[in-house]
Amino acid sequence: MKELSLNILDITENSTKAKAEFISIEIVEDEDTLRITITDNGTGMTEETLSSVANPFYTTRTTRKVGMGIPLFRMAAEMTGGNLTITSKHFSEHPDAHGTTVSALLYKNHIDFTPLGDVISTVTTLIQGHPDVNFLFTHKRGDLFVSLDTRELRAVLEGVPLDTFEVLCWIKGNLEEQYLEFNK
Amino acid sequence: MKSLAELQAIKDRMKDKIVLREGTSDIRVVVGMATCGIAAGARPVLNAFVEEVNAQGLCEKVSVSQTGCIGYCRLEPIVEIHEAGKEKVTYIHMNAEKAKEVVEKHLKGGKVVAEYTVTDAN
Repeated sequence: MKELSLNILDITENSTKAKAEFISIEIVEDEDTLRITITDNGTGMTEETLSSVANPFYTTRTTRKVGMGIPLFRMAAEMTGGNLTITSKHFSEHPDAHGTTVSALLYKNHIDFTPLGDVISTVTTLIQGHPDVNFLFTHKRGDLFVSLDTRELRAVLEGVPLDTFEVLCWIKGNLEEQYLEFNK
Repeated sequence: MKSLAELQAIKDRMKDKIVLREGTSDIRVVVGMATCGIAAGARPVLNAFVEEVNAQGLCEKVSVSQTGCIGYCRLEPIVEIHEAGKEKVTYIHMNAEKAKEVVEKHLKGGKVVAEYTVTDAN
């Protein structure tokens, strides 16, 4: 992937396929590192499935035989000397607290660090494709932070769908303004 | 600032229109958004469709949605156009520019942009 934001989009699509109703995407930076953590309350994975997702020849799809999402994200992290961890609780064993967390640690000063890229576009694309899922997006660096919680927007919108074009434009504009402050 | 008050104003404007919007789309644009599609550039294609459909005033007639892997990863980004009573049209190797052209000529003008569609040779 050309940008980490595309890895985020790809991995979060997995969460939506796992029937998650709430997905948190968190980016935390310090001077040397960037950590991306995607947490969902979807169906989760059994230990058997969990042990096979790192293998590119494992996929749940029926249209092709290779699943590259996790391997590509892991590669992006490991190329910088970082790592990727996945923890998951399957609903069959954890009916009240199921879901999956994918967390990647990257060293951003490493020459092979992939730029984060257009993370705003990733957020709006996810909301456009999954207007009924709730997303919490946060990006922190020291005291600075960018944040968007679709639950707050939904409370204001009173039934107007989040994938309404004007709403998507508002979300994009809101994040752009927050990033202007964040990147000052 | 894109404040919540501004969002509130959008809600007030849109509230009455929702009923009209639901279930009235004659044309469905479906963009492949699995790993293969995303890596090949599906995100800007999807956004171009969303923006251009709105810019051309086609919101009530056209819906834009996302799907998983269509099965022809080497031809991504792939876009399918489903229209009631017509055969499905599959566009391949799409980009944002081609997406705008498809909205203009196909979705608005009713003419399939044949040069971007999948053929037996693919």
